[in-house]
Amino acid sequence: MPEIIFQIAIIVTKIVILTFMVVLPLVPLSVYFERRFSAIIQDRVGPNRVGIPLTLLGFKKDFHFFGLIQPIADGLKLFLKEDFTPNHVRKAFYWMAPALTVVPALITVCVVPFGSPISIFGHSEKLVIADLDIGPLFIFSVASLSVYGITLAGWSSNSKFPFIGGVRSTAQMISYEIALGLSIIPVLMYYGDLNLSTIVQQQADHGWLLLPLWKNGHLGLPDLNTALFWFPAAIAFLIFTISIFAETNRMPFDLPECETELVGGYHTEYSSMKFAMFFMGEYAAMVIGSALIITLFLGGWSIGFGLDAWVSDLHIGDIYFGGLIHMGCFLTKLLAFILFFILVRWTVPRFRYDQLMKLGWVVFFEAALINVFLAALIVAAPQLKSVIITSGAVLLLIVTAAVIWVAKVSEDTTKVLRA
Amino acid sequence: MAIVKLQRPKLNFGEKIYFGALIKGFFLTMSHAIKTLRGKSVGAESLASSGLGITMQFPEQRWDEHMPEYYRGAPALVTDEQGRERCVSCQLCEFICPPKAIKITPSEIPSDDPWAKVEKRPLEFDIDMIRCIYCGMCEEVCPEQAIYLRKDYLITGLKRADMVHDKKKLYEIGGTRVGLVNKWNELK
Repeated sequence: MPEIIFQIAIIVTKIVILTFMVVLPLVPLSVYFERRFSAIIQDRVGPNRVGIPLTLLGFKKDFHFFGLIQPIADGLKLFLKEDFTPNHVRKAFYWMAPALTVVPALITVCVVPFGSPISIFGHSEKLVIADLDIGPLFIFSVASLSVYGITLAGWSSNSKFPFIGGVRSTAQMISYEIALGLSIIPVLMYYGDLNLSTIVQQQADHGWLLLPLWKNGHLGLPDLNTALFWFPAAIAFLIFTISIFAETNRMPFDLPECETELVGGYHTEYSSMKFAMFFMGEYAAMVIGSALIITLFLGGWSIGFGLDAWVSDLHIGDIYFGGLIHMGCFLTKLLAFILFFILVRWTVPRFRYDQLMKLGWVVFFEAALINVFLAALIVAAPQLKSVIITSGAVLLLIVTAAVIWVAKVSEDTTKVLRA
Repeated sequence: MAIVKLQRPKLNFGEKIYFGALIKGFFLTMSHAIKTLRGKSVGAESLASSGLGITMQFPEQRWDEHMPEYYRGAPALVTDEQGRERCVSCQLCEFICPPKAIKITPSEIPSDDPWAKVEKRPLEFDIDMIRCIYCGMCEEVCPEQAIYLRKDYLITGLKRADMVHDKKKLYEIGGTRVGLVNKWNELK
């Protein structure tokens, strides 16, 4: 019995620490980064004032901390605002929708490995809440639920623009979920495993998927097969990253909420903390999306360059704390990728809706599919005879050419009336 | 006849595939970000930036020394070199003032005053700085060159009454103006 209580205590501790003390604070932090980074991109300063107002207490100087406390001030402001529910909304769904966007994003945290196992007094504990054997599938299945929040918000608001936003979100989600799922099949084939912890461990041992420059703790060029697999991996990375942008409704694909077209999209009718929940959901999805990309393609918590085994072995007495260093590495990568997300948002203009659909269905879907075959060919090559490999490659080329030809022929060539 | 058929530009493969433009965009935004951090943004110099972008950060840095010559700040009354108040309360500024910010109560100068020949001076001269639009018409219309727009721009107050500049405050801002200011002289 005490064993079970001990287990539950560990799980609760992990949930509290990883979800509420690591991922949730990342949300306001990324909002802050968004504002500061966009500011410096636009030659501005951004929020740099909010801090501890020591001058109110009679001190000489305020502490600003570069404005890092700004998100807290924003949150407080949103709490104090009037939570207005318009008369014309469908109340139950209107109240449910914000929670439905936040919760899935936070649930998916549970399969992300944050670091290598920490060992205390002989008791080893993995830095992942639930070490599921279906990691990415779990993330996809749960994360795609968050579209219900957006769609319900759009529908229950019972007004035009939010409704259009909700419908757009649904269509977008369906189009990109396919590319998202297909694009990581090569990765899963390569590792032969769906457990994210195992995938990261393999990357730590044999080089990251996009940087396979070490093996078993030694720097060195990869063998031919691994080097060849870099190409499908890069294509998968590209498709996956762009699809994640679409999934999280980030800038080039933020059609569900584009301010210039739909006022505010699905959250037009929301105010106060309900609006903040949408905001939080969006940023939490961004954090999880980045975490997933890093875990699958960029080595997760691995420091790389053959240092991981050494780091995992660091210990003081019986406490192996290498996992914490790995966790720091993971969070660094996460922040870097979030900054990349932000850079994309302030660089790339929004797609038109038909461009978005075309990109999803005509380009990425096919590219991901062909990429699966290509990866399969490369993964299976060592076991096959050269005749089969050659014929496979030829077949792949023919299929690719056919797909490109079909895409070209089916292209809409109607003359634009505006001329 | 007058129809001009515009051809959409034909995009080549590189332009269609879009990635080149993306990379270019990343370089552009990143170069802006880096320039901002180094305080080398375009226009940072002339806008007296704080070293981060082109923004001057207000309470620490002020416009004061960067104010252009022609800046129109708060209107104020001036005295001449003998300490005489120049205003003769002709009320032209009060009448010209578009937002009706100026209110003058005229009064006569008693005959035993050394400046008795001026005959009039304002008893009260109030400018409501909430109404003032800094147009400078009072300055332009004043025949005695008694009211000027100074460069004071931080007009603040905690209540409406604070924002009404009375005569004392106006002279305090204005100070003395030495010499004849040749505003309407023959050169112009």
